[in-house]
Amino acid sequence: MPKKVAMTGNVAVANAMRQINPDVCAAYPITPSTEIVQQFSNFVADGIVDTVLVTVESEHSAMSACIGACAAGGRVMNATSANGLALMWEMLYIASGNRLPIILSCVNRALSAPINIHGDHSDSMGARDSGWIQLYAENAQEAYDNTIMAPRIGEHFDVRLPVMSCMDGFIISHSIENIELLDDKQVKDFIGPYKSNVPTLLDINNPVTMGALHLQDYYIESKRQQHEAMKKAKKVVIDVGKEYGKFSGRTYGLFEEYKLKDADIALVVLNSAAGTAKVVVDELRKQGIKAGLLKPRLFRPFPYLEVANALKNCTAVCVMDRADSFGGAGGPLFTEVRSALYDLPARPLMINKIYGLGGRDLGLEDVRKVYRELVKLAESGKAAKLYEYITVRD
Amino acid sequence: MKQVFKRPDSLKDVPFRFCPGCSHGTLHRMVAQAIDELGVREKTIGIAPVGCAVFAYDYFNFDVLEVAHGRPPAACTGMKRAMPDRLIFSYQGDGDLAAIGMSEIIHAANRGENFTVIFVNNATYGMTGGQMAPTTLVGQKTTTTPKGRAVHGEGYPIRVSEMLATLETPYYIERTAMDCAKNVIKTRNAIKKAFTYQMDGRGFTFVEVLSICPVNWGMTPLEAMDWCGGPMKEYFPVGVFKDEGKRVV
Ligand SMILES: Cc1ncc(C[n+]2csc(CCOP(=O)(O)OP(=O)(O)O)c2C)c(N)n1
Ligand code: SF4
Repeated sequence: MPKKVAMTGNVAVANAMRQINPDVCAAYPITPSTEIVQQFSNFVADGIVDTVLVTVESEHSAMSACIGACAAGGRVMNATSANGLALMWEMLYIASGNRLPIILSCVNRALSAPINIHGDHSDSMGARDSGWIQLYAENAQEAYDNTIMAPRIGEHFDVRLPVMSCMDGFIISHSIENIELLDDKQVKDFIGPYKSNVPTLLDINNPVTMGALHLQDYYIESKRQQHEAMKKAKKVVIDVGKEYGKFSGRTYGLFEEYKLKDADIALVVLNSAAGTAKVVVDELRKQGIKAGLLKPRLFRPFPYLEVANALKNCTAVCVMDRADSFGGAGGPLFTEVRSALYDLPARPLMINKIYGLGGRDLGLEDVRKVYRELVKLAESGKAAKLYEYITVRD
Repeated sequence: MKQVFKRPDSLKDVPFRFCPGCSHGTLHRMVAQAIDELGVREKTIGIAPVGCAVFAYDYFNFDVLEVAHGRPPAACTGMKRAMPDRLIFSYQGDGDLAAIGMSEIIHAANRGENFTVIFVNNATYGMTGGQMAPTTLVGQKTTTTPKGRAVHGEGYPIRVSEMLATLETPYYIERTAMDCAKNVIKTRNAIKKAFTYQMDGRGFTFVEVLSICPVNWGMTPLEAMDWCGGPMKEYFPVGVFKDEGKRVV
């Protein structure tokens, strides 16, 4: 029987890792993800898991060790944040390019400088083109569930790609919530043993080389294969989310639609801020305002057809980004959503707000203001500003 | 009345926010005193690490640059080459210097860069909550080695001063300890010597300081001082590993 327990987002993810029982975990500590591996090292020391824990000297080495272990045929997990993820950059591309289904918990934190330890999405958004599947979680329960589904998605024979499972630093990683832990056996049966459809290193009957030089001759074909695998990942995410729902009672899709079906105005927002926005949606609904919310779960591959379909009946949409794409046509989530809507015969009006950088709090009143602006936008048809910062001093 | 004790000019008038008993506060003061005594405050730039000393700019009364975890030796290199007449030093923990930044320190030392490194060896990553550092003693319990550091898999603690002293170029390398008042003064003198060599353009100078982290060691400050003066010193002997100035004289 699954049981309800109170734990932080980090401890929930550490427990998912315990239940997955990976072969290797290589990590270097960084706030706010430190607690995941710290908790996991207790499981290792107590013999609760069979994992080999490698306490390497940097994140660059951590991801390199994961690449080595995964290439050798192991199920491999790891956790990091912010500058730790930034230092892994080079390795992220090598992991995905070699089609190694490594699982990384990214506890979202702002990148330096100025140095900051709190939650925003500049770290994982910066890695959005590294060829990793990216899942986002609103709360500890979703972070736990995503972690358990991640190996099934990444290791799927149609996919074979690394998976990054993200949650908000401190807001979720360090808050205690009641979450439902599955039975160890349920998890074990669900994920099954690690299998590979390609030979791994040191399989003496099927010798292989990984990461061999590809120049003008084959490089682009290899990238094309990655591209196709990424496309196939969408269906796998849906299938795995459905299968997970059957025994856990929590079915997952590509995104969550909250009172969106008949909405005139809607927000699109990732992670914990969606929780805040839902409260405001409920308030507005009571006032008779048709407000809704779309909370993406899968950001890579970005399900643009489905997102367009879900938002097509809205008059005005605001995308809220907890990361900026300096000099871009909007924040990273905005440019995706806006381009997804381009092919609709009638497009909603759109605005973009950059909020919460470096952990700046997003309160109910901040969200109310955005919805009020959407009401006006829907009436007037004219946006005062397309792309601007909120929750900021002038 | 004659004033016998005052805050060094190189320290701001703010209380330290380190844990009670931590060496960082005392060591900051020793650095500040050395700078005051040499009268070079207006010429000094410090490079702060990522670690518990990340707030160095809150305490030092001169310019401080904050760089990425492990990168101070490279940042110092750039800064000193751009401004050779300044006193430039980095202040780094054992995670910053001996883990994530190990390659940078070796290469800066090997190039004989003319700046000073103050290396705080407290045998753990303090800021992130007491994980194993490359300098953690064998058997020492940390949050990533709850049963104690094992040689198999985790290796022996790295003696950074001895290792750097195998290079030809470093000018001055000394290890001191913060285990008692006398040795705190010795630490200040070593820092002053390193700074003096730097101002004279002699080359790479390095002072390793055995320090305490009572909170993450799970000890009282007094127990921690004893542990620093005992098992730590036994494995990391204090002393001068290189002093080209002495050889010349
Ligand atoms: C690239 C990167 N990885 C990890 C961290 C997280 N981090 C901050 S301080 C620290 C260790 C600090 O330990 P140490 O250098 O020994 O200094 P102390 O806190 O003990 O003074 C780590 C791992 C970071 N800021 N950046
Ligand atoms: S954690 Fe350790 S090193 Fe950091 S301030 Fe506290 S006692 Fe000092």
